[in-house]
Amino acid sequence: MQDSFDLAKTFEQYPNHRREDLIPLLQSVQDARGYLSEDIISAVGNYLGISINKIYGVATFYDNFRFGPVGRYHIRVCHGTACHVGRAETLIRELEKLLKIANGETDKEGLFSLEVVSCLGACGLSPLIEVNQAYYSHMNPEKLRELLESFREEENIQS
Amino acid sequence: MTLRTSSEIREFLINQVLLDPQRDTGAGLKKELSYIGGERVHQPLIYVGMASCGRIAGAGATYQAIAAYLAEHGHQATLVEGGCVGYCAAEPLVDIQLPGKARLSFSGVTSEKVGPLLDEVLNDHLPDLPLIGQYKSALLQHWEKVPFVNDHPFFVHQRRILLEHCGLIDPGSVTAFIARGGYWSFADSISRHTPAQVCELVEKSGLAGRGGGGYPTGQKWATALRTPGDQKFFVCNAVESDPGSYMNRAIIESNPHRLIEASLISAYAMGAGRVYLFIREEFTLARQRLDQAIAQAREYGLIGHNILDSGVNIDVVVKSGARAFVCGEETALNNSIEGKRAMPSSKPPYPAEKGLWDKPTIVNNVETLFNIPLIMKNGPEWFRSLGTQQSKGTKLFTLSGKLKRYGTVEVEMGMSFRDIVDKIGGGLKDGLTFKAIVLGINSGSYITSETLDKRVDFEDLRQMGSALGSGAFVVLDQGVCMVNLARFFTAFFKKESCGKCIPCREGTARMLEVMEHATKRPTEKNSFQTLERFKGVMQLKGLAAVLQDTSLCSLGKSAPNSIMNTLKYFKEEFDSHIFERECPAGVCTDLRIFLIDVDACTGCTACFKKCPVDAIIGSPRYPHFIIGDKCIGCGNCYEACKFNAVVIK
Repeated sequence: MQDSFDLAKTFEQYPNHRREDLIPLLQSVQDARGYLSEDIISAVGNYLGISINKIYGVATFYDNFRFGPVGRYHIRVCHGTACHVGRAETLIRELEKLLKIANGETDKEGLFSLEVVSCLGACGLSPLIEVNQAYYSHMNPEKLRELLESFREEENIQS
Repeated sequence: MTLRTSSEIREFLINQVLLDPQRDTGAGLKKELSYIGGERVHQPLIYVGMASCGRIAGAGATYQAIAAYLAEHGHQATLVEGGCVGYCAAEPLVDIQLPGKARLSFSGVTSEKVGPLLDEVLNDHLPDLPLIGQYKSALLQHWEKVPFVNDHPFFVHQRRILLEHCGLIDPGSVTAFIARGGYWSFADSISRHTPAQVCELVEKSGLAGRGGGGYPTGQKWATALRTPGDQKFFVCNAVESDPGSYMNRAIIESNPHRLIEASLISAYAMGAGRVYLFIREEFTLARQRLDQAIAQAREYGLIGHNILDSGVNIDVVVKSGARAFVCGEETALNNSIEGKRAMPSSKPPYPAEKGLWDKPTIVNNVETLFNIPLIMKNGPEWFRSLGTQQSKGTKLFTLSGKLKRYGTVEVEMGMSFRDIVDKIGGGLKDGLTFKAIVLGINSGSYITSETLDKRVDFEDLRQMGSALGSGAFVVLDQGVCMVNLARFFTAFFKKESCGKCIPCREGTARMLEVMEHATKRPTEKNSFQTLERFKGVMQLKGLAAVLQDTSLCSLGKSAPNSIMNTLKYFKEEFDSHIFERECPAGVCTDLRIFLIDVDACTGCTACFKKCPVDAIIGSPRYPHFIIGDKCIGCGNCYEACKFNAVVIK
């Protein structure tokens, strides 16, 4: 029951039970747990006195919230204007082909997940991808394949 | 007088600087301030540019290498995680200042260059490494034969008033900020001016909102001040989600206290008791630095109850946005703060009368706010002297794309776009030809080679049917397909449309459909589809008019801009997509037609093996052939061919 303990601690930071706290609370829970499960949403609903429907209504509106776990390597591809001009779409297509998952999905082994974001904010280094907070700039399909290979190797060594 | 402990410094800064209306600029005080502000140092100061862009470029490794070097060699030096001067093309940047000597700024300092760099500089020698220059200083001895940073082509054409301290001061230090003139304007505002006077000064200055609307800031505040209400709120919009712009993030990371000071002055002027700094969730570093800055300001008694004994109470709260482009719209932003879906409401009533929880609320953008302390310090006449007849002050841009030099820049209003590209950006990278500048998705405006001599000015751009936009400045070369770009922009709007009003929700979807038809081959061979495709394009203009006239907020109103501007400036590209089904730039992969050059083909069968639809025929060692009707244009054969025998028509 370590999970419920964590949750209670997060709730303590928002003692006023206000509607205003809904988004920050969901964000803290997601930071701690990686995603929002049904249990968590109903716990938040009970705590703030908001119906589960309403919470889903808010949470699904924003791109910030996830309802399933991400992979051990969470790949975020920048698709802002500069990266689009730098052919980010080729990268996205290549990733979808190599990982056999679409944007927003996680593969069966839980190794990789893919997310296309609107701008990572380093347009000078485009096209850019981010994997677990590390950035890889001036990407092309070849570099991408090498990168994925290195992750797979890393994973093999660890297991 | 030498101050040692932090409480001594605090006492000094509050009593002799902030609270002293004379603030006598005696030599003793000036000297003390120059040390606290880091203009002069007692021991070597090493400053690593560690805003987000620097970190992505590898400044983290540089920082660690410097720390390891200092520990290993036993050097006494101050190492600072600094902000960003804006010159992203030269990162990672490391500045070094030795006692008594001017500050040097080195570019491209990756971790392996740290050893050679510090070996030389800490021994008072100039290393043979890429150098931007040295900073001019009246107090310090300059290095011989080293150019000044201000004379560097990237900096010399800029007018840096908002960026003046970015990359120069330690963003994690409230003392450095106060010593360099920070919070002085706020202290003076609350002790010498009434809220109405502050509104009037800002109104006189002619400052207009930089978020895109261009509404006079002072007028907006005065409306909120006049509106009766038991509670009022001030909101700083730091959502900045227009792809291609990150100058607001850069200035928050480099100078967080300036944003807090500006918000406090604004809140005082409009009578708000609480400030919400609404920042985009991805800006983790900016958020950390703001949180730290707020804690420091609170410790100095600049936030909270009875600020500096003036009887003024203002609280500051940071909120992280949950990622939705529409949050840039002020009414949507207010709904998001209240914990609801970020959907805009119809205006009027304007937030200045009925905003957060139906109380008078002002929403201002980060860049607008950065101007406020300067206007209060130098007076409205000074601000009016900057810029053009209609547009006052300066404008920040994030230069990116195919330029030689890129980064965050600040120019005086009235500078021509050509000068920004050629003088500051150094022109396009070798071998590329200019095609257009995109001023952000939100404005959907393009500057083409014909309009390149236009000035940065709200009014001039409005006359040509464009908008200045958020500050994104993406330079494109001839290799970019404008129709594809317009499709990308439309897809963005379709995804980000909040779904509240029908014109925007349905209109963006329909526009995207038309654009996708234009950039893709027909999937079925029937003439009806072709007819539909033509019809869609014919109706684009009418559709755009509906969106512009009837959408609830500026997101829907600006969604058709990019398509309309593409039709206006790049009609021939549209034509070749629609009539010839060809993409002149070769970007729309679906439209590419591949042929095999019979003379170059060796019959290696590499393309034959890669083709997913068996559209390639031929026998080994004899030239192959692509059956056009079967080809889906995936480009696998093009990538597989080692002899450049597969060509794009």
